[in-house]
Amino acid sequence: MNHESKDIVISIKGLTKSFGSLSVLQGVDIEIVKGENIAILGRSGSGKSVLIKIISGLLKPDSGIVKVLGQEVDKISAKELQELRLKIGFSFQNSALYDSMTVRENLAFPLVRNKRDLDKKAVNDAIEEVLNEVGLLKTINQMPSELSGGQRKRIGIARTLILKPEIMLYDEPTAGLDPITCIEINNLITKVQKQYNTSSIIITHDLTCAKNTANKVAILMDGKFLSTGSFEEVFNSQNVNVKTFYDYNFINNK
Amino acid sequence: MKPNAEISSNSQKKRFLISKNIDAFFGSIYEVFLFIGLFFKEAFSPPFEWREIINQCYNVGYKSLPLVSLTGFITGIVFTKQSRPSLSTFGASSWLPSLVSIAIIRALAPLVTSLIAAGKVGSNIGAELGSMKVTEQIDAMEVSATNPFKFLVVTRIIATTLMIPILVLYTGLVGMLGSFINVHQNEQTSFAAFIKNAFSTISFLDINSSIFKAICYGFTIGVAGCYQGYFAQNGTQGVGKAANSAVVVAMFLIFVEEMIIVQFVNAIR
Repeated sequence: MNHESKDIVISIKGLTKSFGSLSVLQGVDIEIVKGENIAILGRSGSGKSVLIKIISGLLKPDSGIVKVLGQEVDKISAKELQELRLKIGFSFQNSALYDSMTVRENLAFPLVRNKRDLDKKAVNDAIEEVLNEVGLLKTINQMPSELSGGQRKRIGIARTLILKPEIMLYDEPTAGLDPITCIEINNLITKVQKQYNTSSIIITHDLTCAKNTANKVAILMDGKFLSTGSFEEVFNSQNVNVKTFYDYNFINNK
Repeated sequence: MKPNAEISSNSQKKRFLISKNIDAFFGSIYEVFLFIGLFFKEAFSPPFEWREIINQCYNVGYKSLPLVSLTGFITGIVFTKQSRPSLSTFGASSWLPSLVSIAIIRALAPLVTSLIAAGKVGSNIGAELGSMKVTEQIDAMEVSATNPFKFLVVTRIIATTLMIPILVLYTGLVGMLGSFINVHQNEQTSFAAFIKNAFSTISFLDINSSIFKAICYGFTIGVAGCYQGYFAQNGTQGVGKAANSAVVVAMFLIFVEEMIIVQFVNAIR
């Protein structure tokens, strides 16, 4: 793929990662350009979540080059990584809301720690703005335990949006949700991409989610990308493993 | 070639410097020292989490008061009651306040308070951080450009190190109060006479050594709880294990430290 004329926000070359004797990623190459939403599909344990954890600097690669916004995440200093992370939003599979804090405190937490010059009114305005974006302003004083699964996902996304990231990483955004809530989350991902002009990586098993949110799809299997392209291109791939993955998903979605 | 973690292509067995368990033991000690080193580095570098330190001091100190008050008071009464028959045999029951004050200030207050705090505060820290770890809340803090070590670990270790000495002094006072009530009931000793008798045998070294012990124990409780919780693994089972290990390790280390500090203080005395 040639993206020379476009802004590449994430560039990964020859990425490998093992846990003990288990080799999870075996030479992953991918490039993501500004404003692009890419869905990464793959079976459980294929290394999808490991990939975005490496991108966000939570895990270190064994070898390969991982560049995010032009910086190699495993080579930069802790301070530089902290500054880079302000530009990366990470939506966790189980939302990872701080369960001892209210929704307001959850959203205020990253903001007050990274923008210490903001006054109380500015913080409150920012919180209300992102809660409005995700349609959950009424939950502002609730505890995470009082929210439904879909609401928790949306608050998790709101918490990342409050820092106005350039890149969004979604780990299984629709896992464990009912079909209607899945559609709401898919719409929210698309809305975020348009409104904030973010580039996104969406880790998912859900073909509907991939089709509705991403303009590019990649299938990760046995530690490597099997197929990359538009949803239709990958869907029509003659690769046996890719076809098996699609067939399996359709059987389970019936 | 590193001998300890290299996988032999032929046998597929790991090689270790001594044995798997001994290597793991020394490896974990090394990791604890790195953890403590990181604590000192982060504790003295800005930005400082003052509000969270105060919040944790409230959790560790104020919320432990009812339990510490009860145990301190009962310890004072029971120790006085149990010591009376032996002293009475020699006609020395008037020495009771002195004996009780030495026992409480030098040994019982630091030890009892720290063991209770290890159970209450240590398990609380281990379970809380363990739960945050396995539900990815610590990762969420990290990716939102917040230093979770500084916010979660440094604040809790500072809180236990500051609060345990205060709780120890408080337990000492409550224990002495319990002892006074018992002595007053049985020997009709006045409060002034009790205090004069009790503190006639207590030196600054006794009080200072107790405070020093309490600082060491508080630091130990904080480090044990935070270390076990921060590196918890394997879901809810890991949380339980972290809480349990935090208490067991802290209690074990408190006894080891007690033994070392007593030798050291006796050498000075």
